[in-house]
Amino acid sequence: MDSNLSHLEFLEAESIEIIREAIAGAKNPVMLYSIGKDSSVMLQLALKSFYPASPPLPLLHVDTTWKFKEMYNFRNQIARDSGMELLVHTNQEGVKAGISPFTHSSNYYTDVMKTQALRQVLEIGGYDVILGGARRDEEKSRAKERVFSFRSEGHNWDPKAQRPELWNLYNTKLNNGQTMRVFPLSNWTEKDVWQYLLQEKISIVPLYFAKERPIVYRNETLIMVDDERIPLETGEKPQMKSVRFRTLGCYPLTGAIESNASTLEEIVLETMKAKTSEREGRLIDSDEAGSMEKKKREGYF
Amino acid sequence: MKNISEFLLNQYQKKTLRLITCGSVDDGKSTLIGRLLHESQNVFEDQLKSLEKDSEKFGTHKNELDFSLLVDGLKAEREQGITIDVAYRFFETEHRRYIVADTPGHEQYTRNMATAASNAELAILLVDAQKGILAQTRRHYRIVTLMGIRNLVIAVNKMDLVQYKENVFQKIDSDFRNLVLDHDLNQIQVIPISATKGVNITENDQTISFYSGPSLLEYLDQLQIRNSSNNLKVPSSQESSFRMPVQRVIRPDESYRGFSGRIASGSVSNGDLVKILPSGVQSSVRSVDFWKNSISNASKNTSITLTLEDEVDVSRGDVICAYEDPPEIADQFQVDLIWMSKEPLIPGRQYLMRLHQQEVNAQVTRIRFKEEIETGKHLAAETLEMNEIAQINLSTNRPVVFEPYSSNRLMGGFIIIDKMNFDTVGAGIIKFALRRSSNIHWQKLQVNKVQRAKQKMQTPKCLWFTGLSGSGKSTIASLVEKKLHADGIHTYLLDGDNIRHGLNRDLGFTNEDRVENMRRISEVAKLMVDAGLIVIVSFISPFRAERQMVRELFDPSEFLEIFVDTPLEECERRDTKGLYAKARSGKLKNFTGIDSVYEPPESAEIKLNTITSKPEKCVDMILEKINIF
Ligand SMILES: Nc1nc2c(ncn2[C@@H]2O[C@H](COP(=O)(O)OP(=O)(O)OP(=O)(O)O)[C@@H](O)[C@H]2O)c(=O)[nH]1
Ligand SMILES: [Mg+2]
Repeated sequence: MDSNLSHLEFLEAESIEIIREAIAGAKNPVMLYSIGKDSSVMLQLALKSFYPASPPLPLLHVDTTWKFKEMYNFRNQIARDSGMELLVHTNQEGVKAGISPFTHSSNYYTDVMKTQALRQVLEIGGYDVILGGARRDEEKSRAKERVFSFRSEGHNWDPKAQRPELWNLYNTKLNNGQTMRVFPLSNWTEKDVWQYLLQEKISIVPLYFAKERPIVYRNETLIMVDDERIPLETGEKPQMKSVRFRTLGCYPLTGAIESNASTLEEIVLETMKAKTSEREGRLIDSDEAGSMEKKKREGYF
Repeated sequence: MKNISEFLLNQYQKKTLRLITCGSVDDGKSTLIGRLLHESQNVFEDQLKSLEKDSEKFGTHKNELDFSLLVDGLKAEREQGITIDVAYRFFETEHRRYIVADTPGHEQYTRNMATAASNAELAILLVDAQKGILAQTRRHYRIVTLMGIRNLVIAVNKMDLVQYKENVFQKIDSDFRNLVLDHDLNQIQVIPISATKGVNITENDQTISFYSGPSLLEYLDQLQIRNSSNNLKVPSSQESSFRMPVQRVIRPDESYRGFSGRIASGSVSNGDLVKILPSGVQSSVRSVDFWKNSISNASKNTSITLTLEDEVDVSRGDVICAYEDPPEIADQFQVDLIWMSKEPLIPGRQYLMRLHQQEVNAQVTRIRFKEEIETGKHLAAETLEMNEIAQINLSTNRPVVFEPYSSNRLMGGFIIIDKMNFDTVGAGIIKFALRRSSNIHWQKLQVNKVQRAKQKMQTPKCLWFTGLSGSGKSTIASLVEKKLHADGIHTYLLDGDNIRHGLNRDLGFTNEDRVENMRRISEVAKLMVDAGLIVIVSFISPFRAERQMVRELFDPSEFLEIFVDTPLEECERRDTKGLYAKARSGKLKNFTGIDSVYEPPESAEIKLNTITSKPEKCVDMILEKINIF
């Protein structure tokens, strides 16, 4: 774009503008916090947007209870350091029903523990503007979504009827019951995120850095044995492998990659050379063609 | 890349180009983007694998990869083989980084194309070699120019289907050059390609023997983007003045009050004198803050927070700007508008208008004309349907701070929102203000209207005579001037017939030409009023809407509409110039009162009856009413 700013500076300035607009148009905003690297960037941008005031919205973690242990530790640390309120919500009905990614299909599991859970807490909290860290480079249907993405009553996304969105003019107007999902990182790529984490020295969950970890193979994917809930075949023994994660989610559904990159610098260089996409490690997205769009229509983030 | 610092430096220096693909249905836009991603090595292995699967399932060509499926990501798009909404894709080459927006060709989804175009610096307009330039090609081209994109690539696609023939390419090339003739484009490149065969995408391998220019990607990589992103007229080297619309007041406690926003143009430093608009209050910058640092200065596009030396009233929507060169403030505008809703535009209805951070009520006071896409002709219109483009007058319920879109995209582009369902129903660009609430630019002038008038010891006015041909306008107007002149008043008489011999000799008598005729005369009259003169205009001025427009150009106390109300029969009976006879016999077309309408004024300041009153009496009536000393 304009010559006076570097690429990252431009993206940062654009995202801050978006965050401020989201808040200006909101009655009751909330920011989804998934503990991943994109959430770390989002948090940093939110802090920058309102400094020296504290960001005028709480963080919300929709917890499936199946995240990596290190993610929970990191989340609690962040809640202390950021000075922001952190809300946590779990679909208790799902927990009672014993929904597990090991016994149920990833589709069903995701619907109950993520999509339903999110819809529940949005209803309970009455949030009208929900900020999230999704990026357009992640997936084909995300590449189609507006920065300010309108949701009808019932949180549904209609990709054929998106509001026009011109220049940097965001129409944040809502009638009762309608909500807005806002994606300040829309124009960022995975490479940008890593470079920004490096530039800003932002702390992220240690799982992103390569380390020897106990690994088993599931569906050609490297799954880390994070706790005893993972069913092992008789005689199966986790192997120690130097791995890291490009993206973090529920541990049973998140594939690691073999790597020795243990610093942000090394990760940035490795990302440059990557031959596969970031989401290859996510089992839930490859379920069925068009699965992300379907989930999004139903209210998934 | 050897080491991290070298890599980061390279990344730091690499510029981003935001571009769109556009053009008619099925011209191959999505296929081209998919190809471009693939050939520039920006498709991951797993994505390529699913493309193979998808191509089998949805692909349009047997046993070939269908690259459009890399981009058309929605279920409905893949099933129908069309693009519905914009896809944003990111890729980079050795030379630059690209954000590409692939837009839909279907007319129904034009609003999505406009969405993408609003943020683009370059457009690739595709033309199917077999079909040539179609209505939708023209529509997209029009939107590209409307949005101020001045870098254009015409990709003549599907050259494989015309055996790479030169004459096919040349025909489209010359058709296109005719189309762009009257537009101010920085650069335009026409490239023959085949998206499916990968011809001329990343390199020119001489498959197309007659074309020796650069391939598409070679061209994009080396292109100098001359216009900066939101300042289209001013070269980026030339610094424009500081403007920052305020997004939010940041107030953590009593000790800090900061105004945050993103700089729309220029730069700001500690100590700078600034003005806050619309209030006009002055202050100076205490600090330019970003995050935990006071950065002492910042330039265009950065998101910052300013603190000021004085306790001034500033809120969201205000604009903090350079003291010596503030933007304009106005509540009446001439704008270009594209309508994007199934519900037609209704002039007079209140809509919400969003212009940077300002939100106001606005109504269309007049549709000046709408554009016929096929021919570019200007058509009269009562309303606008979806996807129509028009030039309109817009009026807001309170003054807004703005700049013409041509000098600043961010201060001159706006959207229209329906007040009931909150849909975004229109988008427009401000061309200029019709009436200035206050134009601070002009305060800078050494001599102004008031001073000029004072020297002449008179109050400038515009006396606008309207009425049928032969009603007596010229006779009375001329007597008025004579009388005023004898009294030592500085006057000028603009007579419709005389002006048609000079300034307006290129205009005929169609409605469009009459409107233009009127516009020019009114602008001239306005300049003369500004010069301090009493301007007398004698001019049929048949249309109410145009007379309203003229009125809007002047301050209310400056303008007097004088209706010379002589009935048609009487004018025809007098027929001093023999024109009615000619018109009646069909020798004269578009004659007002015969085969072209005259809309009588409803609230003229002065109404004259030339049957009951002699011209001298009429002159007295007028002189009584005006107050010029
Ligand atoms: N032979 C040939 N076919 C092409 C070429 N480019 C595109 N096509 C075919 O044209 C059809 C339409 O291509 P798309 O890329 O979907 O067209 P589009 O312009 O994106 O269409 P919309 O987005 O719906 O307006 C597909 O069947 C393509 O395979 C080309 O260079 N040569
Ligand atoms: Mg397409």
